[in-house]
Amino acid sequence: MARFFLKHLLFLCLTLLVVSFIVFVLTEFTPGDVARKVLGAYATQEQVALLTTKMGLDRPVLVRYVEYVDHLAHGDLGYSTRFKVPVKDIIFDRLANTGMLAAIAFAIIVPLSMLLGIAAGMRESSRFDRAIMLFSTVTASIPEFAMGVFLASVFVVALGWLPGTATLTGGARWSVAEQLVLPVATIVLFDLGYLVSMIRASMVEVMQRPYIRTAVLKGMPFRQVIVGHALRNAMINPVTVMLLQINYLITGVVVVETVFAYPGFGRMMLEAALYKDIALIEVGALVAVFVAVLTQILGDLGYMMLDPRIRG
Amino acid sequence: MTVEGKIDLLAAPDRRAVPGIGFAWLRRLAPLLESIPAMIGIALILFWVLGAALAPWLAPYPPNASDLKALAHPTPSAAHWLGTDHLGRDILSRVLWGARTVLTVAPIAVLGATAFGSLVGLCAGYYRGWIDLVITRISDIVLSFPVIILYMIILAMYGSSAINIIAVITLTKAPIIARIVRGITLELREREYVAAAKMRGESALYIMLVEILPNARGPLIVEMCLRMGYTIITIGVLGFLGIGLPPPDPDWGGMVKDTYGMMSVWPHMSLIPCAAISSLVIGFNLLSIGLREIGLRD
Repeated sequence: MARFFLKHLLFLCLTLLVVSFIVFVLTEFTPGDVARKVLGAYATQEQVALLTTKMGLDRPVLVRYVEYVDHLAHGDLGYSTRFKVPVKDIIFDRLANTGMLAAIAFAIIVPLSMLLGIAAGMRESSRFDRAIMLFSTVTASIPEFAMGVFLASVFVVALGWLPGTATLTGGARWSVAEQLVLPVATIVLFDLGYLVSMIRASMVEVMQRPYIRTAVLKGMPFRQVIVGHALRNAMINPVTVMLLQINYLITGVVVVETVFAYPGFGRMMLEAALYKDIALIEVGALVAVFVAVLTQILGDLGYMMLDPRIRG
Repeated sequence: MTVEGKIDLLAAPDRRAVPGIGFAWLRRLAPLLESIPAMIGIALILFWVLGAALAPWLAPYPPNASDLKALAHPTPSAAHWLGTDHLGRDILSRVLWGARTVLTVAPIAVLGATAFGSLVGLCAGYYRGWIDLVITRISDIVLSFPVIILYMIILAMYGSSAINIIAVITLTKAPIIARIVRGITLELREREYVAAAKMRGESALYIMLVEILPNARGPLIVEMCLRMGYTIITIGVLGFLGIGLPPPDPDWGGMVKDTYGMMSVWPHMSLIPCAAISSLVIGFNLLSIGLREIGLRD
């Protein structure tokens, strides 16, 4: 177990280092120099030259990269030119907001997809199975922005039950809980289809195994066959996939955040990218990769916990 | 339909052992005609393909022409069947021309990803050893990277154009294809006909492309169909986020982005392009269900 963690921790650090370098090169070696991006199109050439020298941008990229990592290691994340605050003042707030959205969505997606996937895969090609497959295919086919527009046109425009934006400011009309309903529903519907079909496929495969047939033939109640024999084996692969969804929920929900004007991490990254806010992009990309690798490690861990054959 | 599919599936390995038999395998697609999801999928795809191909003749107005008189009442009318958008542009014309955009960019990107991914996957599976290790590691990293963040950085920093979008999609989707082809290659490289080709003194490239790759076409076709759906979503999302194809040419995601703020007043402006993109993706995903049902996946 200790070796497992050490190996993965090493891999995590290595990936972060590689990615930080790639992002550093990508953002600072682009057409047009950094000082120009910081100052904008209306700055004079002298101002750009002045800032370039002041920021030390005329030095080799490797020197600057080492210096940059040194700054990061000492907790200096830089200054966001888009939001006019230090990066650390905005990034953790936004991450917390997205984390809340992700946690609520995850708490709904996991039980719901397990329920639907297992129920569908239990009896392959039954009417119920086909209905669930059709439903999940359709919801997974509708892009998040379209799903958001469809839901909003019904519940906001036609019925007026819910607010169309989720800015999280406890406004006069709508509570924060009411604001969260539509963003969460959009994420759940979009993500559900993929997971349901994964779990269903895994369940179908397990149900064809000889030990299930043996259990059924020896007269074991169907319920017990499912709960006692099929479930654990059917959940090995899906658990990994489910944990990987955390990755999507943190960094991929930018579309939902944009539709509902939600002050989250993804929308912050989009704004940073559009305004060429380099300090924020670099740190944000690192955070995103950190989350990605961490969920992968969690996925491996979950796999090990469920499947004793590869433990050790 | 499933019974026939299964019988066909059992018969398949014999036929597969003979490489390069032309298009006879197309006959295996025949059961598709009895699969309801596949037929609905094909109908939806055909609808948009025809709409895209015939856009210059079908569209009643040029896609970027504003009808200022229609601005007072942009809702559907006799002059504008689906209404106009916030700039008085005919929505029907824009949706048809938008289909053209998406149905050009998405297939090119998917073909690019399939070609690149197949080649890489073949090499990894055929040579194994350190080549396999390096390729697998790199694809794992690409697959674990939050793709949307990568899109944002690259497209915002280097500008967004059709070429850039195709390049980024090709690079990020290729690992998925590579993984599938690698798995199949690992299995097929041990077959007798591969050994025979080696004895004949065929080059590695010939063996990979002529002996092995044709046998991966079943899973590849299903995967390409799935990837088409996801790629159309990606293109729509990029357009919606404002880092997609540059305006003013119509693009479904961009149309939604421009108008969803006015939804409480003119919902049709954003609902129509949303319905267009959703129906096209549903079409591809239903078709891939049908393809899987008839056993092409195996």
